[in-house]
Amino acid sequence: MLRAVQLTKTFGGLTVLQDVSLDFRPGEVHALMGENGAGKSTLMKMLAGLHRPDGGEIQWRGRTVRFANPHDALAQGIAMVHQELMPIPDLDVAENLLLGLEPVDAFGWVDRAELHRQARHWLAALDTDLDTRQPMRRLSVAQIQVVEIAKALARQADVILMDEPTAALSDHEVAALFRAIDGLRRRGVAVVYTTHKMDEVFRLADRLSVLRDGRLVHTAPAAELTPSALINHMVGRELAKVFPPVVTTPGEVVLEVRGLTREPAYRDISFTLRRGEVLGLAGLMGAGRTEIAEALYGLRPATAGEIRLRDRPVRLLSPQDALAAGLGMVTEDRKGLGIIPAMSVQHNLTLSALARFSSPTGIDASAESRATAEQIEAYAIKTRDPGQPIGELSGGNQQKVLLARALLAGPDVVILDEPTRGIDIGAKAEIYALIGRLSAAGKAVLLISSELPEILALTHRLLVLRQGELSAELDPRHTTQEEILRHAMPR
Amino acid sequence: MTLARRFILDRNLVHRFGIVAVLLLISGLLAATTDSFATASNLTNVARQVSINGILAVGVTFVLLTGGVDLSLGSVVALSGVVCALFAHPGEHALLVPIGMGLLTGGLCGLLNGVLVTRGGIAPFIVTLGMMTVARGLALILSGGKPVADMTPALTDLAGDVGPLPIPLLCFALVALVSWVFLGRFRLGRHLYAVGGNEPAARAAGVSVPKVKLFAYGLCGLLTGLAGVVLAARITTGQPNAGQAYELDAIAAVVIGGTSLSGGVGGVLGTILGVLLIGIINNGLDLLSVSSYYQAVIKGVIIVGAVWLDRRQARS
Repeated sequence: MLRAVQLTKTFGGLTVLQDVSLDFRPGEVHALMGENGAGKSTLMKMLAGLHRPDGGEIQWRGRTVRFANPHDALAQGIAMVHQELMPIPDLDVAENLLLGLEPVDAFGWVDRAELHRQARHWLAALDTDLDTRQPMRRLSVAQIQVVEIAKALARQADVILMDEPTAALSDHEVAALFRAIDGLRRRGVAVVYTTHKMDEVFRLADRLSVLRDGRLVHTAPAAELTPSALINHMVGRELAKVFPPVVTTPGEVVLEVRGLTREPAYRDISFTLRRGEVLGLAGLMGAGRTEIAEALYGLRPATAGEIRLRDRPVRLLSPQDALAAGLGMVTEDRKGLGIIPAMSVQHNLTLSALARFSSPTGIDASAESRATAEQIEAYAIKTRDPGQPIGELSGGNQQKVLLARALLAGPDVVILDEPTRGIDIGAKAEIYALIGRLSAAGKAVLLISSELPEILALTHRLLVLRQGELSAELDPRHTTQEEILRHAMPR
Repeated sequence: MTLARRFILDRNLVHRFGIVAVLLLISGLLAATTDSFATASNLTNVARQVSINGILAVGVTFVLLTGGVDLSLGSVVALSGVVCALFAHPGEHALLVPIGMGLLTGGLCGLLNGVLVTRGGIAPFIVTLGMMTVARGLALILSGGKPVADMTPALTDLAGDVGPLPIPLLCFALVALVSWVFLGRFRLGRHLYAVGGNEPAARAAGVSVPKVKLFAYGLCGLLTGLAGVVLAARITTGQPNAGQAYELDAIAAVVIGGTSLSGGVGGVLGTILGVLLIGIINNGLDLLSVSSYYQAVIKGVIIVGAVWLDRRQARS
């Protein structure tokens, strides 16, 4: 019914999807699998008319179609339920569901009874029973999702695309969503969805397709695949080969933290960090990892405790203080606290080290350009030219610019908060190699990561946080992911 | 970096071709349809008229680049002009005293705006709206509600010419040039773009956001003071009711020039083009003896149209 033929898409010179051909059939639940940056979202967005393909075509009921925008696609019967849902919070469920399709009476007034009757009808089609009169803001994420799906149904969608619908859902919410998806399958709707969750796809999907680095590597009925075969297709190489060996022997203590506290995020945090050492900080979301990093970098100072750099107490009340003291940080919030999207790659890269190029007569433009060119080369940053706005780069390349920014300022201590989140495997490998080089160059690195294989392979020592307190110090060579999780789980 | 390369890197320049085209088109039409447009005396006249709006527009460019706004320009022009005139009675003070007092008045108003925005955490719109009425009130109080006349010729001569060029135009040109170099070549200039582009990220990269904002509002105030002095010299009085709605023309010029109201994008070159466009439209409508009622309507349409054209080009 819906067919992608050799779809290709590039962003700012980086190919994110290449020659992907897939069929989507009525009444079939089709799961797109792959790591972050594999191209799943891009593929969906092209099918939904959000992006235009740079190569290949989309065929719909046997004809080649070009969607100018999502409305075009919707008019043809292809709807997308987004990762970030967009309800109007103060309108009620029925008003949101039938927005733009409100039934009217003879005078052109909205027929409210009919509106709610229709809304209940569409929700019932998804095996859901919701009070259509309550405002959208009172709904849980899962309920909003169901309303969004019903919205697609009410618009006669034959294909519904869902980008990570279960990412933010609890288990019983997932069950409700799955009932709704079963409802769609029975109605003959083609469902396409992306997820990271292995167990889910085998319960739900009829067909699995795996994307890796922008290419389709495998597609098969779910019944013909095993979980381990699926993982092999997704990763495509042994992870061990991606990580550089940990070689450096740590030197003298550079950073010492004593009794760092900021209620309720974390309390009584004490540790030391040595020259050339990579110290891991593991813990669940909300355990206080990022908050501790932010305190060390002056973004949100602690309320109690002491930070000593090279055996001297320091007061770090702003990132400016931290940079001056020799601390650098790469944030986990690349969009919010990292890039300045409209500014060029060069201006983003040199922002923290601008003083070095400045004199009373202004910025030495040629020195700045030279330094930028060196960094672009050293980090293999893929950009058209240094004047290109950083917002046009891929996530991995933005991240490399931010790393270069932090390191150009010449810090002794580098805090990396989830440095590989949301970037492709190639860029990940480069960042792993970089961490090894930093350590070899005598920098002290504090590495925060939710990816346990990553943190186990890259660090000398590992601290585990549980609900704002340090619960364990582990030797990554003699521990397991299970042991880390045991120390990280709330009691 | 060569000048040519700087122009290439200044991506926004590309977006301004739309404005340049509109500017040339209107100038060409006026030159063809009127006898008086393309004369030296008329062009000097245009230059004189755009100078004050030009100085204000360059000043407010700094504020808009940080993502802020300054609505107090017109009132502060009046207040600075009144203060300047009060110190400008013949034989009382050296020439630098009234000029300095005018600049100081504007600078202090701007700094106060900046302090309230950064320390007080109040939205720029509200802060400068307050300043707009306070400054107007102070101008009326200090002048007793009447124009402050009897200004020394030494000062009013400043509205005259040096050779063929009007002094106000020279002021505008100097201000624009210095600002352009500053924004492109200095650290603080770069920081203005960073703050406007993504304030939390700028802070995280080690930019002192309050310092940058304080600077922007302070400088904008200082230039507003300069505009007040120039205006007082031109009309030879300190007029407490002068400068009504000047902020709107200034902000319109900046936005026409491609500076984003949400900050982080744009610059002085665009502002100069925007100022010229508004100046030439005003002049042309006068020359064509269009009634002032229609002038207002036409001007509004052209402003929105020019910005629409520009944004459309920027998107493609």
